[in-house]
Amino acid sequence: MERYQVHEHDVLVVGAGGAGLRAAIEASALGCNVGLVTKSLLGKAHTVMAEGGIAAALAHVDPQDGWQTHFRDTMKGGSFLNHWRMAQLHAQEAPDRVRELEEWGALFDCTADGRILQRAFGGHTWKRLAHVGDRTGLEMIRTLQDHGVHMGFDVYMECTLTRLLKDGDRVAGGLGYWRQSGEFVLFKAKAVVLCTGGVGKAWKITSNSWEYTADGQTLAYDAGAELIDMEFVQFHPTGMVWPPGVMGLLVTEGVRGEGGVLRNAKGERFMWKYLPEARRNEYAADEAEARRWVEAAVEAKQTEDRRPPELSTRDNVSRAIYTEVKEGRGSPHGGVFLDISYLPAERVKRKLPSMYHQFIELADVDITKGPMEIGPTTHYIMGGIRVEPDTGAATVPGLFAAGESAGGMHGANRLGGNSLSDLVVFGRRAGAGAAAYVKSLAATPRVSDVEIEAEMRAMTAPLERTQGESPYDVHKALQDLMQTKVGIYRIEAELLQAIEELAALEKRAALTRVGGGRVYNPGWHLTRDLQNLIVAAQAVTRSALLRKESRGAHSRLDFPAMDAALGTVNMCVVKGVEGMRVAPTPLPQMPAELKALFEPAKELVR
Amino acid sequence: MSATQATVRVFRGDAKGGQEVEYKVPVETGMVVLDAVHWIQQNQAPDLAVRWNCKAAKCGSCSAEVNGKPALMCKSRIDHFPAGEPIHVRPLKTFPIIRDLVTDVSWNYEVNKRIPPFKPREGAARRWMQSDIDRAQEFRKCIECFLCQDVCHVLRSHELKHQFIGPRFLVRIAGLEMHPIDAEDRSRLLKDTAGIGLCNITKCCSEVCPESIHITDNAIIPLKERVVDRFYDPVAMLWRALTGKNGKA
Repeated sequence: MERYQVHEHDVLVVGAGGAGLRAAIEASALGCNVGLVTKSLLGKAHTVMAEGGIAAALAHVDPQDGWQTHFRDTMKGGSFLNHWRMAQLHAQEAPDRVRELEEWGALFDCTADGRILQRAFGGHTWKRLAHVGDRTGLEMIRTLQDHGVHMGFDVYMECTLTRLLKDGDRVAGGLGYWRQSGEFVLFKAKAVVLCTGGVGKAWKITSNSWEYTADGQTLAYDAGAELIDMEFVQFHPTGMVWPPGVMGLLVTEGVRGEGGVLRNAKGERFMWKYLPEARRNEYAADEAEARRWVEAAVEAKQTEDRRPPELSTRDNVSRAIYTEVKEGRGSPHGGVFLDISYLPAERVKRKLPSMYHQFIELADVDITKGPMEIGPTTHYIMGGIRVEPDTGAATVPGLFAAGESAGGMHGANRLGGNSLSDLVVFGRRAGAGAAAYVKSLAATPRVSDVEIEAEMRAMTAPLERTQGESPYDVHKALQDLMQTKVGIYRIEAELLQAIEELAALEKRAALTRVGGGRVYNPGWHLTRDLQNLIVAAQAVTRSALLRKESRGAHSRLDFPAMDAALGTVNMCVVKGVEGMRVAPTPLPQMPAELKALFEPAKELVR
Repeated sequence: MSATQATVRVFRGDAKGGQEVEYKVPVETGMVVLDAVHWIQQNQAPDLAVRWNCKAAKCGSCSAEVNGKPALMCKSRIDHFPAGEPIHVRPLKTFPIIRDLVTDVSWNYEVNKRIPPFKPREGAARRWMQSDIDRAQEFRKCIECFLCQDVCHVLRSHELKHQFIGPRFLVRIAGLEMHPIDAEDRSRLLKDTAGIGLCNITKCCSEVCPESIHITDNAIIPLKERVVDRFYDPVAMLWRALTGKNGKA
């Protein structure tokens, strides 16, 4: 058997974005010996790309705000498919987590009276997003990183975990490889916290980086854990559509939060047409009211005016843009126009500096002088590993999850800004949950040499084959398939075709071949990432097939309405003896005191 | 370069040696060097080693030397290079090569650990004006691409990594020192282990910074002044001896 390094920890955290760093900090603070594994260099995780802000009911700009309103907005945004307890904890604890970041050195943009400034975002009743221009994620990850490196936990950079190891039904650690050397490394651990982010690399047009290959979801699935809500994939309304190399690159919702207006090729401000009737009274009645709201927002003043229609929830705005383009009212490169150039140039550059640079450098467009062309891009998965809300515990003992790789918090659609807060609220809780679990363990679990050897053989197989396809070709086929058949709008015939084609892709992915040895070989790395992506793609497609309704980010052309019965279940994915099993499981019901926060007739619409 | 094809010469090799390998890459409008590298991976060399994450100049992963100049590949437009001439893409020179375009930058992470963290002044209110934090926010824009470390001649030519922490970490210290309520004193560190005296303000770092941070003018020079005040100004030294104050607000 090939030799490998061995490291031993109480808690192994996988993924070093906001959730992973916060989990590692918490578990360390509670006295655990912690290891933190990251596929990239420290500080490069997807959190760094978050732009618009972190949602927390601090009530600095709009004093009417409070956790109850944040909770209501989150549940409504998620079409009531969220786990109520996660939404409650999130709304209650987000303000403390933001203040904690400030305590650790973060410098948010300020109000005139010297407190943390907050901006508007889609689906949030009040101005709620603490932010630093349009680089909030960078501020957050650097704060956590610089705080974390003094906590004494070990950081393993450019290391990929490929399999969780178990002792009986309990987690016992994981096997991985160093990207830099290609050598294997064994982590023995009493608890593992998965904070690996999303699955967006299964689609062609995506705002996600190479890292988003469903690693945590697949590690958990293979270990026997349950995944839920995998059909809910968020297509962010505003990705760049041109030039081709940047297609899908994120354009922050902060542009709309700062007053950005959406228009089609005919110059029509189309979002009014697409506001759901039940929510219409939350939005400005006309251009004049929307304009007054923007003017108040620029000065961070309170106003009686209601927010512009562009600040509808992401699922709704994406569908609207898709429809405008499909019906022939799109921009020259297949998007629509997003315009903020009517505001003073200095204001735009100050609040949206990286958008300004991104467009001028990559698209030759000056956003202070003219509109951007934008269209929907695959951005986020609401579903993920099923966790116990208070502790982040997955359904396998010793396994925990937080952040995007966990499911339940966001229901059928996530509100912008609720991701950064999710990371720190539930990263902290999962770190604490893992620490408590470790202390309750009587004996250290043991790993099996047989499992380790099997995994190493599976990993090196693509390098030893003399024939086989390039993993890049199979990846491209997967992205094309998911983009065309499992996109914003879905229909049974295409979902069935996709399931068939995914089975074929699974076989192709199992037989890829790469040359070039094991030292920093991206082709080799992709052979495994690709298999993970296909598992996630199957989970998304099969769950989407079963959900015969349209809800949140899941839109079925053949079932365009919500179905009350399906509003009481999550689709749950588990690995069975015969392969993937998907079935509905009951959604936990909100207690009466939380239900009382909603107007039953109007708002509790399932 | 024809309108539809670019010649890209990418360094292929490792610590034992290597050479530039030429690839012909089809060009699309607005294409950047990182797109060309990805095209090569997908079509000709699946094992071509490169670091990248966001492809939007936010993560600082895809640093390389393009036609001899330290740059982010995701921001280097193909159409900004002279048409018809090959584009040379090489790894950062200042750090040990691992393979192809990937270098071992772990030294930077070791340096960062030695910088005393943010320490809020006891009892200080968490309230400050935007104008009080504009400068520190400038430093906190840093995406850790390490291009400034790569271009700095103290590190690049004189190889004084054991004596000088480089522009990136002087910027980090400046961000901490100029935080409105930070109470830590890092002037001894700046003078000794950080080696700030070795910087002779040639401003090469500021020129390559993709975030346009005024590294030399706004970070390094004010820190140099602090060190001078602290260790070389007799009046200030006497004041501190009499008052017991370290000179931080």
